[in-house]
Amino acid sequence: MSLDLPVLFTILMGVAILAYVILDGYDLGVAMLMPAASEPEQERMVASIGPFWDANQTWLVLGVGLLLVAFPAAHGIVLTALYLPVIAMLVGLMLRGVSFEFRVKAEGWHREMWNAMFWFGSFLASVAQGLMLASYITGFQPGFGYFLFGLVVAGGVCGGYVLLGATWLIWRTDGELQRKAVAWAHWGLLWVALGIALVSLATPLVSETVRNKWFDFPRTLALMLLPLASGLAWLWTWHAASRIRKGAPLPHWAPFAGAVALYVLAFAGLAYSLFPYVIIDRMTIWEAAAHPSSLKVVLAGALIVLPFIIGYTVYAYRVFRGKAPEKLYEH
Amino acid sequence: METGDVLLLARAQFGLNIAFHILFPSITIALAWILVYFRVQYARTGEPAWLETYKVWTKVFALTFAMGVVSGVVMSFQFGTNWPGFMNRVGNVAGPLLAFEVLTAFFLEATFLGVMLFGMNRVAGWMHLTATVLVAAGTTLSAFWILALNSWMQTPVGHGLADGQIVAADWWRVIFNPSFPYRFTHMMLASGLTAAFVIAGLSAWRLLKAPRDTAAARTLRTGILIAAVLAPVQAFVGDLHGLNTLEHQPAKIAAMEAIWKTERGAPLVLFAIPNEKERRNHFAIQIPKGASLILRHDADAELKGIDAFAPDAPPVVPLFFSVRLMVGMGVLMIALAWYGTWRMRKGAPPPRWLLWTFAGFTFSGWIATLAGWMVTEIGRQPWLVTGVLRTADAAGPVGGAALGASITSYVITYGLMLVAYMVVLTHLAGKGGGDVGSGETAPVTQGAPA
Repeated sequence: MSLDLPVLFTILMGVAILAYVILDGYDLGVAMLMPAASEPEQERMVASIGPFWDANQTWLVLGVGLLLVAFPAAHGIVLTALYLPVIAMLVGLMLRGVSFEFRVKAEGWHREMWNAMFWFGSFLASVAQGLMLASYITGFQPGFGYFLFGLVVAGGVCGGYVLLGATWLIWRTDGELQRKAVAWAHWGLLWVALGIALVSLATPLVSETVRNKWFDFPRTLALMLLPLASGLAWLWTWHAASRIRKGAPLPHWAPFAGAVALYVLAFAGLAYSLFPYVIIDRMTIWEAAAHPSSLKVVLAGALIVLPFIIGYTVYAYRVFRGKAPEKLYEH
Repeated sequence: METGDVLLLARAQFGLNIAFHILFPSITIALAWILVYFRVQYARTGEPAWLETYKVWTKVFALTFAMGVVSGVVMSFQFGTNWPGFMNRVGNVAGPLLAFEVLTAFFLEATFLGVMLFGMNRVAGWMHLTATVLVAAGTTLSAFWILALNSWMQTPVGHGLADGQIVAADWWRVIFNPSFPYRFTHMMLASGLTAAFVIAGLSAWRLLKAPRDTAAARTLRTGILIAAVLAPVQAFVGDLHGLNTLEHQPAKIAAMEAIWKTERGAPLVLFAIPNEKERRNHFAIQIPKGASLILRHDADAELKGIDAFAPDAPPVVPLFFSVRLMVGMGVLMIALAWYGTWRMRKGAPPPRWLLWTFAGFTFSGWIATLAGWMVTEIGRQPWLVTGVLRTADAAGPVGGAALGASITSYVITYGLMLVAYMVVLTHLAGKGGGDVGSGETAPVTQGAPA
């Protein structure tokens, strides 16, 4: 049996991007919620993501790295077409990343400034990612209408990250902050519902390819399981968060798991819409793929190294399991 | 805007990004191993002073590492946003090397950094030590892969053609290409020196403010000693690297030494104002036959000049001055490290002027490292991959306006980050080891027990 390397690499890249969106999503979401919290709460929020953010962000580098390795022809087209939002995202991620360190070490108004930068950087990166997603799924069409669509998607992405961040806080904190996080999670869910609904409606309208894939009876009936499952995950997340606020004996990670399920389903829908295109209607994964010799060597390396990465990632999450401490640096 | 101008802007942006980025790994690669040393000393002796030292320098490391990580993410996108031709042409070679860097190094260092910074009270002592070692191993592995790629771009071997594409025929030769061992060693030593001077400089700064801080006095000695040992080794390795360059990239050497015409017994130009248009040097101060003697170990040997390579020769002016800046800085660093070692022998306290000098030399490694990279990168021009791909052919379609916007954003962001970094570092150093943590709640214990 011959291995379809481009398909395999599409899956790997998809997993890396999904892992990035979920993992850094909760970091960015927690940061975006900072202005709504009191100062001691802010310390605890940062403490809850401090040990993880760097590794979480690395999945982005892996995602873009796999795009570059596996689909070099598409890599250049995608990143030049998304030039400005990519730059905005990078600036945002830079400000976010260094703020972790600066805000702890600075004092007075400097500290205030880095708190603001932490929020702003995270917000800028999230908005930019929304614009990138919108532009990518509409095939990089220029024009004001598409830009508006991009803003809507950006709102959805921010809402989605807020949802992840809030459910992360439900899991990793308690007391008043956890109660607040439930309310934030509900807001996030409303935004996400709006975002997913708009994207699901707009993409088939904009793209004939997507329309044909989804509206083709009787396949449509089977496909309807996806929105149905999303709806259930949505309801479950809402319900679980409410129950935890009321003190029900539910594991505190339940709402986060619900949010992750929602992400996986939305991602599956998106992947179904696009496959086998790496650039919609223009370039398939086979057309963009690198030479098999180079794919094979990366695949071999990834198969050896990935189990280790997963292993020590699990280890790190075990080391820092449970409720977050009050402050980032414990001494 | 002219195509040439856009290309120059794109190159300026790449130069800006990579120059900003390299500042931080050049500290963290070696500092990570120095932290391992501090951590081992604490494990071995159980002295709280070693723990304090470890914690202070871990804070410096964490900050520097974060700067390196975020600017590194920018680098990973640069290939696509500005140089799509690079991946299109040599992606089958460059891609896997970059992928291995992410897979073997980035996740390792990022994950165990969390354990190292925040896990001291959560994991066993040996595990914390292991985490510190793994972070150091990660930074070194990262340097290994990226320098393998950079060296391959300088001296590409081990590749071939398959189905009309450039592919790696022999990965071993691609990775261990002719310039790689020299460049890797040179960069590791550069990092050692940069970190050593950062440690010595910040400790000196602390001692100026708190002369009785014994922990700072100890790290000052550590930094100076590391520098005193590594600096001459670096001079030796640098020379080998130069000879290697002469063998594989003679045009780069011609530009570095401002040798315009191929000649026997070429002079060593100590100083001059090279004139690119007229292809000659003004105000040259030179040692007759010096370059031939140094580079060929034979006073009458022939050295190829720019005329042998033009028009595919790198620009002379930036190379000529960068290499002199690097060497000059290196000489000063050797002199200072040796003088400091001698002056502080047998535990003698350093005079204040010497402390000021070391404080002033805190970032001297940056200057030498940047100058060295200018030489090696500009010296590769007009090629992106020597003999394989021209820089101009790799540039993307992004126009001048978008480039202007992105460069402006980067300059503002980097400026803010760099100023904040240096302020916080000086601030941290000034506070010393007594105050580890947020700066608000931690108890203030001046200095450390002797």
